[in-house]
Amino acid sequence: MSTDLGVADVLARCGAEGRAALIGYLPVGFPDVEGSIRAMVAMVECGVDIVEVGLPYSDPLMDGPVIQNAVEVALQGGAHVVDGFRATRAVRDAGAPALVMSYWNLILRRGVDRYAAELAAAGGAGLITPDLIPDEADEWIAASEREGLDRVFLVAPSSTPERLSRVTDSCRGFVYAASTMGVTGERTSVGSAARDLVDRTKALTDLPVCVGLGVSNGDQAAELAQYADGVIVGTAFVRTLSGEGELGARLDALRELTTELARGVREGAR
Amino acid sequence: MTSGRFGEFGGRYVPEALIPALEQLDEARLSAMEDPTFQAELAELHRTYTGRPSIITEVPRFAAHAGGARIILKREDLNHTGSHKINNVIAQALLTKRMGKTRVIAETGAGQHGVATATAAALMGLECRVYMGKVDTERQALNVARMRMLGAEVVAVEHGSATLKDAINEALRDWVANVEQTHYLIGTVTGPHPFPEMVRDFHRIIGVEAREQVLGLTGRLPDAVVACVGGGSNAMGIFHRFLEDEGVRLIGVEAGGEGLDGRHAARFATAVPGVLHGAMSYLMQDEDGQTVDSHSVSAGLDYPSVGPEHAHLRDTGRAEYVHATDEQAMEAFALLCRTEGIIPAIESAHALAGALVLGRELGPDGTILVNLSGRGDKDMHTAAEWFNLVGDDAGTVPSGESDDPGATGDGRTQL
Repeated sequence: MSTDLGVADVLARCGAEGRAALIGYLPVGFPDVEGSIRAMVAMVECGVDIVEVGLPYSDPLMDGPVIQNAVEVALQGGAHVVDGFRATRAVRDAGAPALVMSYWNLILRRGVDRYAAELAAAGGAGLITPDLIPDEADEWIAASEREGLDRVFLVAPSSTPERLSRVTDSCRGFVYAASTMGVTGERTSVGSAARDLVDRTKALTDLPVCVGLGVSNGDQAAELAQYADGVIVGTAFVRTLSGEGELGARLDALRELTTELARGVREGAR
Repeated sequence: MTSGRFGEFGGRYVPEALIPALEQLDEARLSAMEDPTFQAELAELHRTYTGRPSIITEVPRFAAHAGGARIILKREDLNHTGSHKINNVIAQALLTKRMGKTRVIAETGAGQHGVATATAAALMGLECRVYMGKVDTERQALNVARMRMLGAEVVAVEHGSATLKDAINEALRDWVANVEQTHYLIGTVTGPHPFPEMVRDFHRIIGVEAREQVLGLTGRLPDAVVACVGGGSNAMGIFHRFLEDEGVRLIGVEAGGEGLDGRHAARFATAVPGVLHGAMSYLMQDEDGQTVDSHSVSAGLDYPSVGPEHAHLRDTGRAEYVHATDEQAMEAFALLCRTEGIIPAIESAHALAGALVLGRELGPDGTILVNLSGRGDKDMHTAAEWFNLVGDDAGTVPSGESDDPGATGDGRTQL
């Protein structure tokens, strides 16, 4: 395994292997802080290339019911913003870069400069910001430059060419393409909008473009991997971890799903 | 930073997917404001449907309890649907049609903005869905029935605290998924740009009329303009025309709830800036930045953040913000009923409570204009319970408690 754990390096390595990267999301604190960190490490061990460490937030307006429920459990269980740093450290020690995914107020409250410095110190690779557009991100862009952190903004099927340029010019690491208009959640079909969006985005940037929202199984991952540089899976992992029974059994199920998805991104080889 | 800032407040903290819709809305409302046809249509609807201009009423018997200052009420309670909300709703519904959209969605604390939106949707033939916290739908069955009677679909939101802020989250989720045909008809002066500015402009007519009317009645400008502030739309509506009148004090009254040591919604008294629902403003939040639940006897003021322009007016000192507790508001509520025969909304009763304090400060030479933003028919359940109007039979008035174990907050009154 490479010792260089930047997001760009990992995506480049996957590209060199002729496959898409598998990016997995889990919220810190679900089912509890320890359990969430064990689950993230398990995902890395079974083939997730990059981990999205979600910070639970009281008003997750981009998330569907499965993730909403999970973050409510995490908050009720007392998960805090600082627990995210333990997760980024553990993920990095397990051999994968960790990007924190957070609604903006949590970062703002801690102080953008302070958060960036702490994240870098905790081995974090950067931030994905679902409710922060580059137009509002001057402070974060400066802080991430200073700390060498990646910043992943989102593009959507509704994005105009002007918006695509604005967003891709501001990203570092990769561009997050939201495949459908809507919130997080599994969908039976990801649809043609994703491919169109990836094509339109790639026409404007050399950065890798990773696709999220709706992927739940290996076949869908394989389909996306034909044209995306990375396949982002969230809800399906969270649902697997949400099952009944003891944590060990749920972690086994999580490993199984990760293995299937990791096979998927390799089958979709371009 | 984007345009649409009031000092450091406001902005657009939303998913990228919504930016094109916000840009489309901004273009549409700017062109509409310059379009005589749109303006004429809106004015005609206000004249023949909303019931504008609303009158002013001087209330000397009430004012006798406020140090003898002159108190004049701007009667937004007399508008169709019972509050100022209709001013903005009618205008945004017209904009919806102008943008070629066929569906509106709205949030509502417990009914007023939802009913106004359902009303405008019925009038203009738009599909309408209203998101409402589950706690509020249970306790405000009558308002749910009103909205459904008007043809709207009402969705009970069970997530989070199952109150207004969660209804807004759910409306935003709907909007992202259906933005092509759907306009999100936000009910107050918050949310991402251009909502705070646009909603203010649609309510500005309150202050434009009132300034003229007070000048006509008294021959001079009032010493102070007082309004309650939840999100802050009625207050921005009556304040804005007076901003340049430097001698006129602008006073916003927040919900002090149980007092600052208990649960409340006095954002300016305790909170620090943060981002919620697309805008940077003062926000009740914990040390991690998680939103803290607010509380008020009046659901219309029960919101953990406040319109960004108010944050700016506060920080620049142009407006002052005070708070009235549940108890002070209910006292003022009863006083206006008994002295003037006007039953105010409990929201507006907070402004009246502020005027009582201010009047004693100004004395008999003072003149105070109060925005009576809504009527209190909707609040009879809360008032009956508060004042024990049903005698010894405690079973007559439901306690207002929900059976839902996840339900928190106080849904007895209505936005």
